[in-house]
Amino acid sequence: MGVTQTGTKDVAVPLKAKKTGFLRDIVKNKVLYIMMLPLLVVLFFNNYLPMAGVLIAFKNYQYHGNNFFENFILSDWVGFKNFEFFTATPDAFTITRNTLGYNFVFIFLGLVISVLFAILLNEIKNKFLSKFYQASMLLPYFMSWIVVSYIVFGLLGEEKGYVNKSLLPMLGMEEIGWYAEPGKWPFILTIVNIWKLTGYNTVIYIAAIAGIDQEFYEAAIVDGASKFQQIKAITIPLLKTLMIILTLLAVGKVFYSDFGLFFQVPRNTGALYDTTQTIDTYVYNALRNLNDVGMASASGLYQSVCGFVLVMVSNLVVRKIDPDQALF
Amino acid sequence: MKHKDDVQYGTVNKLNEIKPFWNGVLHLIFVIYSLCCIVPLILIIGISFTDEKTITIHGYNFIPRVFSLEAYKWVVKTGEAIFRAYGISIFVTVVGTLLSLAIISMFSYVISRKDFRHRNKFAFIVFFTMIFNGGLVPWYMVYVNVLHMNNTIFALIIPPLANAWYVMIMRTFYQTNVPDSLIESAKIDGAGEFRTFVQIVLPLAKAGLATVGLFQCLTYWNDWYLPLMFIDDSKLFNLQYLLYKTLAAIQYLSQAANLPQGSQALANLPSETARMAMCTLAIGPIIVAYPFFQKYFVKGLTVGAVKG
Repeated sequence: MGVTQTGTKDVAVPLKAKKTGFLRDIVKNKVLYIMMLPLLVVLFFNNYLPMAGVLIAFKNYQYHGNNFFENFILSDWVGFKNFEFFTATPDAFTITRNTLGYNFVFIFLGLVISVLFAILLNEIKNKFLSKFYQASMLLPYFMSWIVVSYIVFGLLGEEKGYVNKSLLPMLGMEEIGWYAEPGKWPFILTIVNIWKLTGYNTVIYIAAIAGIDQEFYEAAIVDGASKFQQIKAITIPLLKTLMIILTLLAVGKVFYSDFGLFFQVPRNTGALYDTTQTIDTYVYNALRNLNDVGMASASGLYQSVCGFVLVMVSNLVVRKIDPDQALF
Repeated sequence: MKHKDDVQYGTVNKLNEIKPFWNGVLHLIFVIYSLCCIVPLILIIGISFTDEKTITIHGYNFIPRVFSLEAYKWVVKTGEAIFRAYGISIFVTVVGTLLSLAIISMFSYVISRKDFRHRNKFAFIVFFTMIFNGGLVPWYMVYVNVLHMNNTIFALIIPPLANAWYVMIMRTFYQTNVPDSLIESAKIDGAGEFRTFVQIVLPLAKAGLATVGLFQCLTYWNDWYLPLMFIDDSKLFNLQYLLYKTLAAIQYLSQAANLPQGSQALANLPSETARMAMCTLAIGPIIVAYPFFQKYFVKGLTVGAVKG
C-alpha cells in the first residue's frame, strides 16, 4: 500500500524503517554483523555444507578426480539404490532395534532413578553430606568415555579383570568371557550409562525442587500431611512439567546414540555387534572400516530424517505443555 | 507476635523432619551409591601403583598388594609420546575454550539485543542445526575433502566451537542479566557497539561465561572422537586418543601374540600398570579442578533447567 511513501515517511514514523532493506541494516549495524560472522562461518562449514552433502546418499560415490566436488559431480545418480541395499541387510533391523531399545530403557530408568534420587537427596538435612553425595554422583559425568572403558576393562577384562579374578572366585563361580558374550551387554551398557549420567540428571531435578515455593510445604504440614503425602501431592506434580519436557526432548533423540558408550565401552568388538551396534557405530564402521560411502551415507540420512521428524513432533508436544521450553 | 511465629515455625520444621530410622536408610543408600561412583576410579589408580608381577598373578585389584612406582617411572622415562599428547590436550582445551567463548558470547549477544531487527532469523539459523544434520558422511567429507583439515590441529578445535545449545544458554543469560537501559546509556555516552559489549556487557555475563567455558573445557579435554575421525599422525594424538590407541593396540597384539612380530611389538608397548598410570594422569587435572568445576556446573545446570 504505502510502498512509495516509505522514503518520505521514514523519518517521521520510525516503525516504517522496518521495511527498508537487509543491506542497509548491515551497513547500519556493521559491528553487530561482524560480531556474528565467526560463528556463522563455523556453522556454515560444520553444519550447513554437510546438509547439502546428504545428496551423496543418492549417488554412487566414486573417486573420479582429485577433489571432492569433481568426485561428487562425476558420480552417477542411483536414486534410492543405497537405501535399498541398506534395508536389505540384516543390520538395518538390528541397529534400529538396538538404538531405539537402549534409548527407551535409558529414558525410563534415567527418569525414575534421577527423580527418586533428587527427592531423597533433598530430604537429607545435613548440608555437608548432601553436597558430598552430589559431588560423588557427578564424578562419573566428568570422566571421558576412554577412562570409563578402562574402568570397565579393569573390572571385566577376561584374564586379569577384578570380577573374573577376585569377585567370582570369592563367590565360588566360574570365570565369564565378558567380551565374547553379547547377551550380557544390554545389562552392562545400561548400568554404565545410568552410572555415568544419573548424577547430572539428579542435579537438574534438585535445582527444580529447590525452586518450589516453601509455603506449599508449610501449608501441607499445618494440615498434617506426612512426608510421603507431601512428596506425592506437591513435589511430584510440580516436577511433572520438567519430567515431561526432558523426556520428550530425549524421545526426540532416540535415533541417536552416545557414540562413546556404544563404541568405546564394548571396544567395538565384532562378536558383540548383535547387542552393541547402534546406527551411529554402524555408520562409523561402514565409513571408516569398510569404506562403504554409499551405505554409510544412506544409513546416516535415514537417521537424520527419522531424528528430524521426531524432534519436530516432540517439540510440537513440548510447546503444547510449556511454550517457554519449546525449541522454536 | 513475632515470637509466637518463630515458635510455630520451629515446631513446623521439627514436625517435618524425617524419623531417625529413615534418615539412616537415606544415608545408607547414598553412601552406597557414592561408593559405586568413586570406587571404580580407585581401581584404575590402584592398578597404576601396583607391582607388575602381582598383577600377572592376582589380576587387577583396588588396593595394591605390592606397592610400586615403576609405572610412573616408566612414564617419566620413556613417555615422550605421553607428554606430547598432554601438551596437545592442554593446547586444544585452552585455545578451543577461549575461541568458543569468544564466538558464542559475541553471537548470542547480538541475537539477545531487542533492537536488533533480524535477531530471530539468525537465532533460527543456529537452532536449526539442533534439529537437522547432514549425517556423519557429508560432515566427514567436508573436513577431509573440502577443508583438508585431517591431520591438522584445526580438526580438533573447530568442530565443537559453535555449539547451538550454549548459544541458547548465553542468549537467555544476557536477556535476564543485562538490562537494555544499560546498553542504551552506554550508547548515549558514545561507546561503540564493540566497546559496549566488551566493557559493559561481558563483565555482567561472567557467570554465564564461566558455565559455558567449563562445559567446553570438559568437551575439549575429554575428546577422543575428533582424533578418531581425523588424525592419523601420532604427533597430533591427544591424551584420550593415545589411551584409546594403546589399549586397542594391546588388545589386537595380544590376540596375535603367537606371531613373532606380534609379540615383539607387544613387548615395546607400555605395561599394564603403565597404561593405568597414563589413565590416572589423564584424569588428574579434572580431579584437581573438580571442586571448582562442580560449583559452577551445578549453577550452570540450574540455568539450563529453569530455562533451556
